[in-house]
Amino acid sequence: MKRLSLLLVMLLLAALALVACQPTGGTNAPVEEAPVEEAPVDEAAPTDEAPPAEEDMGAMECTDAIGCVEIAAGDPIQIASALVISGPNADLGLDSQHGVEIALSRRGDVLGHSVELIAEDDGCNAEGGQTAGNKIVANPQIVGAIATSCSGAGVPMAQIISDAGYVMISPSNTSPALTDPAQAFKPGYLRTAHNDLIQGAAMADYAYDVLGVTKAAAIHDGDPYTEGLAKAFSDAFEAKGGEMVAFEAEAADATNVEPLLTTVAAAGPEFLYYPVFIPLGSLITNTAKNISGLEDVYLAAADGVQSPSFLENTVDTSEGMFVSGPDLAFSNTFYQDEFLPMYMEMFGTEPTAPFHAHAYDATMMLLNAIETVAQQDADGNLLIGRQALRDALYATSGYEGITGTLTCDEFGDCADPKISVSEVQGGEFVRVWP
Amino acid sequence: MTTSQRLRTIDWIGVALWVFRAVIIILVIVGTVRKLFFGAGTQYTASDWIDFVVSGLSQGGLYALIALGYTMVYGVLFMINFAHGEFFMSGAMTSTVLVAGTLSRSGFMDEQPVIYLVLVTFAAVLTSMGVALLTERVAYRPLRRAPRLVPLITAIGASFFWQYLFRGLFGGDLKPFPVPAILDGRVTILGLEFLKTRVVVFAVSIVALLGLYLFVQRTKTGRAIRAVAEDKDVATLMGVDVDRTIATTFAVGAAMAGIAAVLWVLVFKQANFFMGFVPGIKAFTAAVLGGIGSIPGAALGGLFLGVIEAVGPPLFLEGLGLPGAHQLKDVIAFLLLVLVLIFRPQGIIGERLAEKKA
Repeated sequence: MKRLSLLLVMLLLAALALVACQPTGGTNAPVEEAPVEEAPVDEAAPTDEAPPAEEDMGAMECTDAIGCVEIAAGDPIQIASALVISGPNADLGLDSQHGVEIALSRRGDVLGHSVELIAEDDGCNAEGGQTAGNKIVANPQIVGAIATSCSGAGVPMAQIISDAGYVMISPSNTSPALTDPAQAFKPGYLRTAHNDLIQGAAMADYAYDVLGVTKAAAIHDGDPYTEGLAKAFSDAFEAKGGEMVAFEAEAADATNVEPLLTTVAAAGPEFLYYPVFIPLGSLITNTAKNISGLEDVYLAAADGVQSPSFLENTVDTSEGMFVSGPDLAFSNTFYQDEFLPMYMEMFGTEPTAPFHAHAYDATMMLLNAIETVAQQDADGNLLIGRQALRDALYATSGYEGITGTLTCDEFGDCADPKISVSEVQGGEFVRVWP
Repeated sequence: MTTSQRLRTIDWIGVALWVFRAVIIILVIVGTVRKLFFGAGTQYTASDWIDFVVSGLSQGGLYALIALGYTMVYGVLFMINFAHGEFFMSGAMTSTVLVAGTLSRSGFMDEQPVIYLVLVTFAAVLTSMGVALLTERVAYRPLRRAPRLVPLITAIGASFFWQYLFRGLFGGDLKPFPVPAILDGRVTILGLEFLKTRVVVFAVSIVALLGLYLFVQRTKTGRAIRAVAEDKDVATLMGVDVDRTIATTFAVGAAMAGIAAVLWVLVFKQANFFMGFVPGIKAFTAAVLGGIGSIPGAALGGLFLGVIEAVGPPLFLEGLGLPGAHQLKDVIAFLLLVLVLIFRPQGIIGERLAEKKA
């Protein structure tokens, strides 16, 4: 009997191994199974929640295909956020959440209702995104969400939000998979952050054209954001005529990265791109200069590490490395003259990550769309159709936000993407390109 | 005997287990051969291979130091102390945030790097020991007569408690550990270049391992620990204070974890409240690998695990043509754990699992 159970354990292991060995390119693969079981809310479900609308609102009736949110006079409009607000990547999510809060405080009441923010944590991983998504759709009063910080959390959450008929706008998901209908895109998902196809190409331009390197290596940690960006970079770099000598992966919670970097060094790159998050990013940065063969290699990372916490953890070692990210040299004066002072005043700190303005724009877009589609009766009760809200958001066109002129396409890419490259000089990010 | 009778006498499960073993061994051999003789994947020079081994040995030394705590506590209490990773974390966090942070800001680190390292080590060892003694007194001692599953669950609870206590005390972000300039760069030993931190880590772990071995084998306290491990009741009859001895065992194991914590932050230059989890699990694997309950076993298991994690991916995983081989090093570690548990539960050293311990 004991041996039989051993055999079963091994079969289970074999099954796990097979699952793990599936091609990692399609980030949609693991996504499709999990959330579907979790959220048995099908097309019909949201309309089940609608009946109470008819009871206390005689005049307005919900005719929306996927249901409505009704807000009684005097009640707040509830919107949610699910950003990474704890753990080593909290700088990223809190910064975006501050952007949301500034937008809410500037906007004040919408149609005579105050706006209440329900803040969840996306944990910067798939489990966190799943949990936060389920919490949000469990509350029928939530109109929409500003979520998520990390693409890895965004993938399962988009499925849950979409199935339940809600909307989410991400200020900082940049993985190409999320707005690719062949991969992880789900109706109801939008973002104000750039698509990493653009960021990867920008870094490739900088490496090939400005630094003049022809051999590059990339490292990712298997997360949709890091893998998507590393892939986008290597595709763009090869398209320009460069050679990718190594395309490696490491676990996000890895500790000893010396063997990995020895492997990379043996391939002889001139430029090493590792668009990962702060813990792994600072480990690689701290270790790279000690690996023989990598002493004179250009190091480069992306917006996932663009934060003071990264610089604190890589004193001296990050000097001279390049980091790509959204270009915060916005053409409007509002950002410098009003937004930043307000940020400083409300939170007592400089922005800690590059996506606060994107979060501000995302929040404003959501509130604008609510204002457009909400029906209001004489008493001040509101009725917001969920499909109508989606349609209004996808129809956003020429909206003048902080981050530029936002126009959404049918798959939720709304950004007016401008990427810049910064160099770490004297322990600070200094914009060097374009 | 007819064919059907013969078929019935074959032990199918036994065959399947053999096939499983054979498949793993064949995969490893095929990968290695393809790598070494047919040049699959990246090409490495001899010095690259040395780098892999040295990095693995030094990482393994750290695993070994942490594994000692698991193995010693198992020796006396027959329980897996899953809070041990937090003893390690508490030392690393306290010395990084309170001591290293303060001393480097005041400029003391640059003036007196050696005294700085000594102070940091003291802080880490004392914190780890304090946390361990407190956990033992509050969470484990009251449960000494409880069924064996109970302290195991308590250990997991204690682990969460310490993690989130330290998160509350010091915050959830990454804490940088300032490394004095004297440890930067490389040294040349026997014509080969090594990273200074790696050499220090390896040397200190070996000295600590030997010291602990002598302590347990040669001192009176060590004899008491061995006596309690052998049989608590008889040890009591012989005048050994069992509670005190168990507390000592925790303290000694935690001191090793504290030393490992300082070495860890010297190499990786960062600390976080969650940093105890992965090393804890890896060290547990190492302890089981070597034979839980055995001190030389923990040392050997740790070194072996460190080396195979560093050498395995470039050697046989790349040889098998797997992309991104290095992210699969945890697979090697944990597959090894499963294999050992299935095929050789007594571990490499083969600590006698006497009637009582089994």
